[in-house]
Amino acid sequence: MADVKPRVRVPSTASAGETIVIKTLINHTMESGQRKDSSGNPIPRQIINRFTAEFNGETVVDVELEPAISTNPYFEFEATVPETGEFKFTWYDDDGSVYETTSEVEVS
Amino acid sequence: MELTRRGIMAMGAGVAAATLLPALPARAAVEDAIAEFTGGAPVGEGGIALDTPEIAENGNTVPVSVSAPGAVSIMLLAAGNPSPDVATFNFGPLAATQSASTRIRLAGTQDVVAIAKMSDGSFVQARNEVKVTIGGCGG
Repeated sequence: MADVKPRVRVPSTASAGETIVIKTLINHTMESGQRKDSSGNPIPRQIINRFTAEFNGETVVDVELEPAISTNPYFEFEATVPETGEFKFTWYDDDGSVYETTSEVEVS
Repeated sequence: MELTRRGIMAMGAGVAAATLLPALPARAAVEDAIAEFTGGAPVGEGGIALDTPEIAENGNTVPVSVSAPGAVSIMLLAAGNPSPDVATFNFGPLAATQSASTRIRLAGTQDVVAIAKMSDGSFVQARNEVKVTIGGCGG
């Protein structure tokens, strides 16, 4: 899937120790493996099976996804930012692809 | 084909059997999934909030929020799906709250179950019924 594009919403500034809300979305069909094509053959499963969010190398959340997660997986969660740094978001596809994006946060 | 009363009754019975039968193994699968997560430990109530819509028009994307202060990880299950597993959230040291929102698929009206593993090793669960108008598993 060449056109997978992750999108994240992270505030660009925060105060030290502040709780910030992070929203992430990635476009992906999340083919569940339950569906059949028009000739009745099962469509093989292809989903994102893991999503992680890290800040300066420390884990915020690590999610294991199953086929019951909707198309274009969306996650919203809260993180603490102790210092200026960078969030790193990683999605792991069943086919071995890894999609990454980063987002900088400046702590004043 | 001519529609007879007998034919309609037979069809009705067939549909009833087809909808009832898959529900039974799914229930066992939920118990199995819970047992695998908890390791057979008792599961309490309270300390976990599961927020789901009462009625979901489209089972393909049902918004779900779960929050369990002090949890290490939270597992979401959909009791009536072909496979009950939905997602497992593992919270790291920088998670400000042990809460998350996502969107899930539900095959039909069913219970959504959230089980949290607390930092002291205990387990709590919450269970909400969601009525689904259009199921979300293809078929």
